[in-house]
Amino acid sequence: MTHPQDPSLDSYDSLDPLDAFTAPDSLDDVHDPRFQAEVPVKRARRGPENPERLYILTGEDSERAPLDLVTLIVAKGEPSPTAQPEHSAVLRLCRTPLSVAELSAYLVLPVSVVTVVLTELLAADLVQARAPLVRSALPDRSLLEAVMHGLQKL
Amino acid sequence: MDFKSSDTLTSGMLSGPREQDVLPATAAAAVKIVIVGGFGVGKTTMVGSVSEIRPLTTEETMTEAGIGVDDDYGSETKTATTVAMDFGRISISEELVLYLFGTPGQERFWFLWNGLFEGALGAVVLIDTRRLEVSFDVIGRLEERGVPFIIAVNDFPDAPRHPVEALRTALDLEKEVPIVHCDARRRTSSRDALLTLMRYLHSLAMARA
Ligand SMILES: Nc1nc2c(ncn2[C@@H]2O[C@H](COP(=O)(O)OP(=O)(O)OP(=O)(O)O)[C@@H](O)[C@H]2O)c(=O)[nH]1
Ligand SMILES: [Mg+2]
Repeated sequence: MTHPQDPSLDSYDSLDPLDAFTAPDSLDDVHDPRFQAEVPVKRARRGPENPERLYILTGEDSERAPLDLVTLIVAKGEPSPTAQPEHSAVLRLCRTPLSVAELSAYLVLPVSVVTVVLTELLAADLVQARAPLVRSALPDRSLLEAVMHGLQKL
Repeated sequence: MDFKSSDTLTSGMLSGPREQDVLPATAAAAVKIVIVGGFGVGKTTMVGSVSEIRPLTTEETMTEAGIGVDDDYGSETKTATTVAMDFGRISISEELVLYLFGTPGQERFWFLWNGLFEGALGAVVLIDTRRLEVSFDVIGRLEERGVPFIIAVNDFPDAPRHPVEALRTALDLEKEVPIVHCDARRRTSSRDALLTLMRYLHSLAMARA
């Protein structure tokens, strides 16, 4: 029986990341004093509310996605001495790529405020936005494999 | 602009990423995974244990109209609530970056972050078997939104241990949905939960192809 603290939980390193998922047959150790065969509560499954919305993001001709939390922002140049403080701060932080979420964290500003600043900087062509890869109806298998290989190196 | 600059900006105390936290210029795109679950199930712990950067916090402000308040002048009482979300980062390659968001359990906050769930590759739902029902709503919301997810049973010392299939029945999950054990405090254990999610997403992609 595999105990949750069994070090074999960490033995995925030896596995191919593409190995089919196999459910652990034992989260349950009947000799564990905490073992309880019965679960006292019960949930009811829900279905998709509006299946079409799954496809909205993936359409080729869909509107350009607004700035996402993980859109990577890169400055195109140095701030001018007369730039607003928010603009200069973003340009300084984005000398190397930085996500909108990280900008919000380092600037200690709400995401909606950061988005306003970035929209202005984009309009002035002072920053570049690198759009995220989002879940789609037909997921890109090579992307999923890349993420798996990256995680295995951790 | 119509907002108050943060003190951080005006005081010149602006912090940025530490040298070791800087992404390479080649970083071309990011993907995200959300870590959800009820209050205190270990979301922040999981984000922190696998992140390559010190976990950060992003916030959003929400204005709620006061309920049942309607005075003679037609003005409303509004309260501003700040909702915080922890996140971390894992560099997958020179081009690709993975972000992990530990998202508040209450669904009424989710709309604050446009596309957080719609664009995520998938979700890890953390559960605590002492309070299984606090995760019911979150699971239902993911189902409604068509977000693929796995269940990670967080390893609290005094939490009851149930057979996997009893948990699956109680949570009313399809037989394909992975249920794994995890200790969110351990990097390898959290990583394995993420790998389980990725393998599951991959199997879904294969089935659809
Ligand atoms: N034993 C054990 N304790 C854990 C584990 N994960 C988290 N904890 C502890 O549980 C407490 C709550 O964890 P958090 O990571 O703050 O939970 P959270 O989901 O972010 O909580 P909220 O953001 O408040 O909803 C902390 O004291 C953690 O140290 C775990 O896997 N095992
Ligand atoms: Mg937390």
